[in-house]
Amino acid sequence: MFLAEPTHSGFFFLVPWLVFAPVIGLLINLIFGKRFSETMIGTVASLASGAAFVISVLLAYSISVNHGELVRWQLAEWIHIGDLQLDWTFRVDSLSTTMMLIVSGVGTLIHIYAIGYMHEDVRFKHDVGRYRLFFIYLNLFIAMMMILVSGDSYLMLFVGWEGVGLCSFLLIGFWYEMDTLGRPSLANSNAAKKAFIVNRIGDFGFLIAAFIMFWAFGSFQFDQVFEAAQHAAPGTILAITLFMLVGVAGKSAQIPLYVWLPDAMAGPTPVSALIHAATMVTAGVYLITRSAELYTLAPQAQYIVALTGAVTALFAATIAVGQYDIKKVLAYSTISQLGFMVAAVGMGAFVAGMFHLITHAFFKALLFLSAGSVILGLERGHHHAEHAHRGKGKKGKHALSKVEGRKEERSHEAHEEVRRVEPVETFDPNDMRNMGGLRKTMPVTFWLYMIGTLALAGVVPFAGFWSKDEILLDASLRYPIVYWLLSIAAFFTAFYMGRQIWMVFFGEPRHGAALHAQESPRVMTVPLMVLAFLSLVGGALNLPFEGFHNLGHWLEYTLHEVEALPLNYAVAGISTVLALLAIAASWYIYGRNPLRAGEIDPLKRRLGAIFTGAENKWFVDELYQAIIVTPFVKIYQFVADVIDWRFWHDWFHETVIAGTYNWVSNIALNRYADQRGIDAFANGLAGVTQWLSATMRRIQNGFVRSYALSVLLGVVLIVGYLILK
Amino acid sequence: MTLDLILFLILSLIAIATALGMLLSRNAIYSALFLVLNFTTVAVFYLLLGAPFIAMAQITVYAGAIMVLFLFVIMLLGAESLPKAEVLPWQKPLAGILSVALALEATFLFITRARPAGNIVAPAETANMTDSLREMSMMLFNQYLLPFEVTSVLLLVAMVGAIVLTRRERRVHQ
Amino acid sequence: MVPINYYIILSAILFTLGVVGVLIRRNALIIFMSVELMLNAANLAMVAFSSVIQSFSGQIFVFFVIAVAAAEVAVGLALIVEIFKTKRSIDVDQMSSLKG
Repeated sequence: MFLAEPTHSGFFFLVPWLVFAPVIGLLINLIFGKRFSETMIGTVASLASGAAFVISVLLAYSISVNHGELVRWQLAEWIHIGDLQLDWTFRVDSLSTTMMLIVSGVGTLIHIYAIGYMHEDVRFKHDVGRYRLFFIYLNLFIAMMMILVSGDSYLMLFVGWEGVGLCSFLLIGFWYEMDTLGRPSLANSNAAKKAFIVNRIGDFGFLIAAFIMFWAFGSFQFDQVFEAAQHAAPGTILAITLFMLVGVAGKSAQIPLYVWLPDAMAGPTPVSALIHAATMVTAGVYLITRSAELYTLAPQAQYIVALTGAVTALFAATIAVGQYDIKKVLAYSTISQLGFMVAAVGMGAFVAGMFHLITHAFFKALLFLSAGSVILGLERGHHHAEHAHRGKGKKGKHALSKVEGRKEERSHEAHEEVRRVEPVETFDPNDMRNMGGLRKTMPVTFWLYMIGTLALAGVVPFAGFWSKDEILLDASLRYPIVYWLLSIAAFFTAFYMGRQIWMVFFGEPRHGAALHAQESPRVMTVPLMVLAFLSLVGGALNLPFEGFHNLGHWLEYTLHEVEALPLNYAVAGISTVLALLAIAASWYIYGRNPLRAGEIDPLKRRLGAIFTGAENKWFVDELYQAIIVTPFVKIYQFVADVIDWRFWHDWFHETVIAGTYNWVSNIALNRYADQRGIDAFANGLAGVTQWLSATMRRIQNGFVRSYALSVLLGVVLIVGYLILK
Repeated sequence: MTLDLILFLILSLIAIATALGMLLSRNAIYSALFLVLNFTTVAVFYLLLGAPFIAMAQITVYAGAIMVLFLFVIMLLGAESLPKAEVLPWQKPLAGILSVALALEATFLFITRARPAGNIVAPAETANMTDSLREMSMMLFNQYLLPFEVTSVLLLVAMVGAIVLTRRERRVHQ
Repeated sequence: MVPINYYIILSAILFTLGVVGVLIRRNALIIFMSVELMLNAANLAMVAFSSVIQSFSGQIFVFFVIAVAAAEVAVGLALIVEIFKTKRSIDVDQMSSLKG
């Protein structure tokens, strides 16, 4: 069922297995998983994801062999009603294979990592049986993401879009009955709900765009839409692109719909890495890149997209500076970097945006997974410390708190508000204030984290430098304001990553858990090493030197118009200087005098209220709560309680309908018709019969003489009748 | 007023009187005897009507056998006793009314509807008794043979029945 | 020459007296005798008719009636005797167990 000419050679027939390999993996785990060992479950899932990766590689190879020619492969007819023809068709071109490779490649590495991570996590959360469910969900996610990136129409893209939204919900709320510390709570499920609902708002925008598209162009299929768009009214294109931006804002966490992503850190760390750093959140960027022809036809939309991205980048970066949770820092960092990507594709620098998407996938996944390694290390240390000290009895407890005790005394009088004395039972392994000095106890993780940080900060020659630099270069040429916003964001990026490094890995351990932290097993660190390697050399994908614009050439097959800019030393120099300055500043504040246990953040001391604002995410969630959520709650409570319950149910159903029915059946029918009417009649008949028989009975009195009299009476009457006749 | 008529009137008076006597008599023996008289009178009537054989049969069977049987049983069972009060108060008046009504109806019915009858032929004008007897026997054994035989069976059955009814159950002694 | 009607009237009167006797008297034997009276009245009427139409059929019929009356009396009296053995009375009003 090739839709392209049969002269195509290659492995295109393998395309459906992109989706179905993970599906088979999840089915195997679903049906047989309970009998498998944990390693087996993880291996099956990783093999499924790996199979998708292998197929992606083969498809990429096939595309390159065919000089980047597009191949469309129809799997099934879906909706055929009259003129409406919607099919499930796969689209294999250079852009989609790029996404496929990233998703399946990074996804497979994360699967392998998760084998080790979840092995420990389910034990810390005391639910070993849930291990298998995690890998089922992960495979489902890979399948859905594959549908998203391989779809040939906006409709198939949307199917995958919704599917990954669902998997995000399932995986964020994986530990649905507890919060991140393991206490029984609704916190995780609330985070999952928030993600789903905010995403839904984005999906609403996407759907409006799709409807306009269908109404104006009559099709969802990419080629047909792009063809028709050339002759469409500019207002239509503007509307489509702007509504699509709403969808992107939801899925890729831009202002104002980014609020779900920090809460999504409630999910296990592999989830944060895979979905909320490397793949799902980049779906928005992919969407805009795919719709490049639409956006190039609407320059105003482009400007708005670019601005949105830039403002988001800066906004999120400022929040990241004030966060204490290691994963929250990375979450806001992700939002910020997504802002970079969105700004890039908004400006029309699609190659730069995709390049940053790829490199970001590498180093952000690396960072998240390393953070997971850190967290687990702390958990291990906490366990180890607790058991060891508990074994020693009371004396042990004192030994544990001795580390904090002195600090607590000192800080007691001065820093009352910061004294978050965590009892040993509700220890937060994510909190950076409990960490410190981990470079000695977890060296491998330390170096991996360093590589990731340097890549994110954009230090040459790491991958992040090349991709970010290209974005900045494009911004400087097109929208200077975007350039300035992004540069400042880059400064903050380097700053908060430096802050994180100093707080986590340097200085002295601020908690017994950090003191006893243990390194992670190889099943976790080896995938990280692969990612670290990619973060190092990933820049080679699109170096701004002649002959090295590999990604640009590759995407040119799809995008048709690609600008290959050479390296601009001014821009590169400014960004490098900014990054180094930021790292130096972070060292000055955090590295020089390492934070001690119980101390408040030095930046807070200096900036006071500003830092508190950043720490509280600039109160955006509270704002939404007040403006949107609370009135909505009031509305729905009113609707549910007054309109539905009291009016509809209580009054209408109970009083009117049930009352009428009761009246009819009980009063009218039962009492009057039945009892007084029919029963009375029937009883009356019986009564009459009884009376009659009682009367008649008296005739048979047993006296023969009266019987004879009756006979005589009869005779007289008959003879009389005969006479009279 | 011929002799027949006078004789008839006297005899009918006697018949009615004896019948009333039978009805109203307190003593059962008296009733039976009154009835005997009544039967005899009726036998005389039969003679007047030229049915000598029937008259003899009446006296022999009815007055002689049946009434004697009645007398036996009356004496066997003792005098009539009327200890209790009247249980059916309406019986007597109603019986009286209805009987009178019946009588009137019957008479009326016969007189108005039946074929006009002739006079009774005097018996002296017919053949003597032997001849009438012979003719009657001829008719009895020729035309009415079957009823005759059936009657004999009936009499046998009655006899057997009477004996069976009054037989005492033999008890088996231990 | 006695007209037949006189005999019919006499027969009717006798029959009525018999009916009255059946209805009024409580002694079973008297009732039985009244029944015989009724039969006799009927016999009288039949013989009268027989005389009028100059046929012996009436007389033969009376012959049979007398025979049957005899049989009936025999059985009836046997029954009355049996009842007397049980009830020690021949008052028909006392034999009213079959009341409804």
